[in-house]
Amino acid sequence: MSDTLTATAVLEEPGAAAEPIVNDLTIHVATVNGSGSQSSNSVLMRSIFQMGVPVSGKNMFPSNIAGLPTWFTIRANKDGWIARKKEVDLMVCMNAQTARDDVDHLLPGALCIYDAPLGCKSWRSDVHFFEVPFSKLAAELSTDSRLRKLLTNMIYVGVVAELIGIEREELVASITKQFKGKQKAIDPNVAAIDKGIEYAKANLAKQNRWRIARMNATAGKIIIDGNAAAAIGAMFGGVTVVTWYPITPSSSLCESLIEYCRRFRVEQDGRANFAIVQAEDELAAVGMVLGAGWAGARSMTSTAGPGVSLMAEFIGLGYYAELPGVIWDIQRVGPSTGLPTRTAQGDVNQVAYLSHGDTQHIVLIPSSVKECFEFASEALDLAEIFQTPIFCLSDLDLGMNNWMSEPFDYPTKPIRRGKVLSKEQLDELQGKWGRYNDVDGDGIPYRTLPGTDHPDAAYFTRGSGHDAFARYSERPEDYKGNLDRIARKFETAKQYVPKPVIDQRDTKIGLIAYGTTDFPIEEARHQLRNEAGVETSYFRLRALPLTSELEEFVAQHDRIYVVEQNQTGQMADILRLHLGEAQRKLRKILHYTGLPCDARSITEAVLKMEATAEYPEPLLLVRAEPPKKHAPAAAAAAVRAMED
Amino acid sequence: MADSTLKTTEAPKENRLGLKAADYSGGKSTLCAGCGHDAISNQIIRAFYEMSVKPETVAKFSGIGCSSKTPAYFLSRSHGFNAVHGRMPAIATGAMLANHKLMAIGVSGDGDTASIGLGQFMHMVRRNVPALYIIENNGVYGLTKGQFSATADEGSKLKTGVLNDLPPMDLCALAVELGCGYVARGFAGDPKQMVNILKGAIAHNGMAVIDVISPCVTFNNHEGSTKSYPYAKEHDELLHQIGFVQSYEQIEIEYDPGTVKEVTLHDGSRIILKKLEEDYDPTSVVDALQRLHRANASGQMLTGLVYLQPEKKSFMDLLNVVDEPLSSMTIERTRPSRETLDKIMNELM
Repeated sequence: MSDTLTATAVLEEPGAAAEPIVNDLTIHVATVNGSGSQSSNSVLMRSIFQMGVPVSGKNMFPSNIAGLPTWFTIRANKDGWIARKKEVDLMVCMNAQTARDDVDHLLPGALCIYDAPLGCKSWRSDVHFFEVPFSKLAAELSTDSRLRKLLTNMIYVGVVAELIGIEREELVASITKQFKGKQKAIDPNVAAIDKGIEYAKANLAKQNRWRIARMNATAGKIIIDGNAAAAIGAMFGGVTVVTWYPITPSSSLCESLIEYCRRFRVEQDGRANFAIVQAEDELAAVGMVLGAGWAGARSMTSTAGPGVSLMAEFIGLGYYAELPGVIWDIQRVGPSTGLPTRTAQGDVNQVAYLSHGDTQHIVLIPSSVKECFEFASEALDLAEIFQTPIFCLSDLDLGMNNWMSEPFDYPTKPIRRGKVLSKEQLDELQGKWGRYNDVDGDGIPYRTLPGTDHPDAAYFTRGSGHDAFARYSERPEDYKGNLDRIARKFETAKQYVPKPVIDQRDTKIGLIAYGTTDFPIEEARHQLRNEAGVETSYFRLRALPLTSELEEFVAQHDRIYVVEQNQTGQMADILRLHLGEAQRKLRKILHYTGLPCDARSITEAVLKMEATAEYPEPLLLVRAEPPKKHAPAAAAAAVRAMED
Repeated sequence: MADSTLKTTEAPKENRLGLKAADYSGGKSTLCAGCGHDAISNQIIRAFYEMSVKPETVAKFSGIGCSSKTPAYFLSRSHGFNAVHGRMPAIATGAMLANHKLMAIGVSGDGDTASIGLGQFMHMVRRNVPALYIIENNGVYGLTKGQFSATADEGSKLKTGVLNDLPPMDLCALAVELGCGYVARGFAGDPKQMVNILKGAIAHNGMAVIDVISPCVTFNNHEGSTKSYPYAKEHDELLHQIGFVQSYEQIEIEYDPGTVKEVTLHDGSRIILKKLEEDYDPTSVVDALQRLHRANASGQMLTGLVYLQPEKKSFMDLLNVVDEPLSSMTIERTRPSRETLDKIMNELM
């Protein structure tokens, strides 16, 4: 655990703290999955949001349906930092399997609400405990055992709210929203919250160290996960064919798309202007995407690393036969099955070069839910413009967790469908066109769609060697010419892909990151500036191919820290290949625990490496487990081992 | 060998679109002289020509293998797609999702369908994607020089003398089991039967699986092979004589009551089956499976229209998509309004 935190004072009486910390705390709720705690946690998070306090929520769940430990972390932060924070200020222990470990990991001075039978109080003297007999209270609410279990979780919402000052009226409003106005569900949940509030008022000591107080930083904002944002973006981007195979953490993208399209893309006669098909596997899913793209649809799929592995052969076909299609890769922890419900940025190499032979792909990397929305449509355009598979590289943290955002802007840019010859254009060409002929010098040839009513429209698509007129060919000059032309498309793509976002400061230190690493990076820069007086520039990469801005940024700094969430520094290595001599400036900061990267870890790593003139080895943010006072249960230890 | 067809109609010099047979031809075949696959390509050309299908409305698909090369040898005015090994169904399904007005014809082989592509084949059948799916079945991998495929018969011998000791897959039985609405078996050496089977498949709304025994003259036409021309001719067991009458033709076929079964297809055309076996009903799944198993058990090669269920809804019907191809949707039509986005955003606040 980090020892750099300030909250180390042991408070005998929590209420006695002089200055409360307002709107800056992390709540960590430990429950059992399948117990309905998700609704309770959503209500808690939303209530804070409705009080105007910036908030984020992260679900750390097992690859399981019921009975295994799950945690939900809510971070409220007045300054708008919504990355994960490692340190827990308020713990809610509801799970006997993990309680011991959950309590062990608290910093001195933290607050801990626990279910009475767990008896957490006797384990530590430097944590403030609040014992609540949840079962007893739930029994007073209902005789139905299933309902009691659900209401137990809503009782802790009331207890937490009373303890830190969340207003009851916002709890009620959140419950009403959560249960979509269904009074039958709302009433017992409000009763459960009241039960918690009453109990806390009558029986628990007051604390004044952490408070939530109304502010005005969330008005007009939305809360959404990245997968739903991408789904909405694709729907507004005119997607017509979606084929997919269920896999965590990507399933909710296509499921959201189904839900939204059923609401907003069914025409007046009841017929759909989209087709969404659940395929038999990822091979078929991507094959259908490419078949549909070939025939003129705006097509996409979503998957995760294991699915991308299966798609490799088809992606090579898409690259070489030049077929449009969009593949969302919501990264999870690999290799192999890995940790299916944890996050990583480990598929960078895979999507950058997927397939046998010489291939390089256009990759868009959103960092926020808003970019998920925007890139979903952008990717459909790029697929058709470049007639090639386009990857969108998201991850579990962005895709499945809840993020606060400005509302999305209605797209006003016309969509681009690329070079498709119409019947009339074919007439003008009088049969003189070659499917793979580079007439414009940008590497991008013209295509026709099957069904075009013209005798010259047809051509033969194949993954085997072909010449500029799509005829089978094994001639060396045809093969080389074709492959070189496709590489020219990649050059052309540099003018089309989203540019990096650069914050240039007067400093020798530069940071490079992409995707969800953006959230902790911005916070780490703030920490570095305010706590250590270290100024940094920041280059947020948003796409492959790399563009010339990269060289300029590297040239202007002496030391460049590439921060990413994988073991080997996959993106850093791609940058190194690209940079030539300047690559010696790059240093890797790597986070790969399965949990989202946090700001404090980055800050510490930068300071440590800055203190070392030569730092040839990457600094890994995984450190040895600290010695424990207690031997925790084996299962809990395994999960916790992924923590820092 | 008995005559497999009923005489129904004479082929004119031009079809109803004013196109000639040459307008349906393709590139020159690069397969071995005498290859069964070329005989099938010729019948595909004939069937599409005689059915007056506009070549521009057809999309050709294939996987990998000798058979999968053939779409380059017919209908050169149709778009073609030579996919990866065993994955033609996914490409064809995707293309049909994009444009359900296309007429899809897929050509595959026994290796492409029964081994590497078995999963995709089965799911394409299960979905009932409208397409002709032709398996040019010769029991060996030709392009890799003569290894056994999964349809090779037990006891069949390779040129090298190696005996196959695994049982064959019957792709017709598999297709029937999976609910395919049009299942037939043909023989490359019986073009008349094949052209009528193909015409029926073109008229059928849904997936049509046609397993054609198509001898490999180079690697599997020797003594000891059960997929050779001589063996197939000797063991061909006709289910019925098959005739096909187009929807616009006013032909009435005279027959004794009880000897002929007539089935009207989706487009109004008719399949006429003169029963050679009194008790066989091609619209019965049970009859079809029983008859296939009986033929296999006795070492016979059953040919004809094995199973027919023209009423079955196709995948495109089930998806309930708009009438125009999805590929032709404009953004004005597919992008919901500004108010819709506002509504969604409000729900998330």
